[in-house]
Amino acid sequence: MRPREIAVVGAAETTRLGVIPDMSQIELHADAALNALADAGLKPGDIDGIATAVETPQQIAHYLGITPTWVDGTSVGGCSFMLHVRHAAAAIAAGYCTTVLITHAESGRSGIGRPPRQVAPDSLAGQFEQPYGPMGPPSLFPIPVLRYMKTYGTTHEQLAMVAVVQREWAALNPRATFREPITVDDVLNSRMIAYPFRLLQCCLVTDGGGALILTSADRARDLPQKPVYVLGTGESVETPMVSQMESFTSSRAFRVAGPTAFREAGISHADVDHLMIYDAFAHLPLYGLGDLGFMPHADTGPFIAARQTAIGGKLPLNTNGGGLSYMHSGMYGMYALQESVRQMRGTAPAQVKGAKISVAHGVGGMFAASGTVVFTNEA
Amino acid sequence: MAQPTRARPVPTPETQHFWDGTRRGELRLQRCTACARSYFPPRPFCPACGSRKVEVYAASGKATLYSYVIHHRPAPGFTPPYAIAVVELAEGPRMMSNIVDCPQTPEALELDMPLDVVFEALDETITLPLFRPAKG
Repeated sequence: MRPREIAVVGAAETTRLGVIPDMSQIELHADAALNALADAGLKPGDIDGIATAVETPQQIAHYLGITPTWVDGTSVGGCSFMLHVRHAAAAIAAGYCTTVLITHAESGRSGIGRPPRQVAPDSLAGQFEQPYGPMGPPSLFPIPVLRYMKTYGTTHEQLAMVAVVQREWAALNPRATFREPITVDDVLNSRMIAYPFRLLQCCLVTDGGGALILTSADRARDLPQKPVYVLGTGESVETPMVSQMESFTSSRAFRVAGPTAFREAGISHADVDHLMIYDAFAHLPLYGLGDLGFMPHADTGPFIAARQTAIGGKLPLNTNGGGLSYMHSGMYGMYALQESVRQMRGTAPAQVKGAKISVAHGVGGMFAASGTVVFTNEA
Repeated sequence: MAQPTRARPVPTPETQHFWDGTRRGELRLQRCTACARSYFPPRPFCPACGSRKVEVYAASGKATLYSYVIHHRPAPGFTPPYAIAVVELAEGPRMMSNIVDCPQTPEALELDMPLDVVFEALDETITLPLFRPAKG
């Protein structure tokens, strides 16, 4: 794929976000897909490529009545949709299909029609992590953070500021789940979940979904939405076991995916007007800022504490409120992509004025996987 | 009714030597005879160079505390708060474990503190390697 060869022409979330006990997981996929099709002025019959995660492509294709010539079931956690964008762009450029629908949805809160997440006791994680008492992401994802803090001098207050600043962004967003302002003290006095992280440093658990439609820039010209061009993409995986990460002070998957996308896009960090870094927990924006090369890791905590990612700051980050305040159904990457597209269309509730380049960086399966997409609204 | 217990590992052919070792009070690692690197978790080839010429050996059981969380929510077989730790073995590899004979507090659990392996039998076939602060 060459930069600007492929564009996002449809983007939408489920009609509702939050607690949706009257819809099953697959119907949430369909709701998001139908909204994205309407946004793009297309019908299911116009779609010839399908990508999704957790649910299988065959399930979504059949449910929506789509006959694809290209499918992608890459399912590497919450950043799977960044990888789908990358794969879809390559597939369209290669001529395998013309118009790709990427769907995500999860009944993360209500658990309607959602298969249970289980770790097999004879898998490596089942043998060498599960016996020591982890109970899902809140107990596993933050395991490296104390080492990060000791290495780089990051403070509890700086990690609390991540949540404070994102709540300020969320206050501007009518669809955000939590919009009431919070202080560093509020964060540091909220209920302890897994030291060093407290409740307000952990993501929400909600129901919802989102869908994207991609096609060639040529076809995009005939469609109703302002095209959002794919400028560059990157992906990688490291390990399904957080205990086996090469480093606890950096993510190898981030260090591969991020720079690959920047190189492909031909941009430097100073070109980035708007940034999304998947924030299932408060440490992830710090790992992202460092591993994507925006600054040395030692500067990430002070940068956020100095409000440089806040409204009016140098680098607007997680402007929808993020997984900490906007919504998090279990695989948040789709919502980071949606916010990047809104920012590039100029339709975000907290619009960054004049933004021309947006980067959406995702993480998946704790630090198992990563995907990065660079978008632009300039043809 | 039996109390709920922690997740019980089920060995595979490639990991059986590890669980045979813990049952006998040995922490077994593997090392590559081509590039001399120690590695974990078990597999019958070297993840650094791909060589199948590897050997199993008994590690020293010495480690340091690399990172952890202190989990405050309920979990089967645990009384919160309890630390879920990653230790760095003297031989190089890291592994997840729990820290015993030690208060489960940030003050007591200092990063880089020296640790020794201890073995806790879950049942007749599975013994888990846990770690406690090194004596002296």
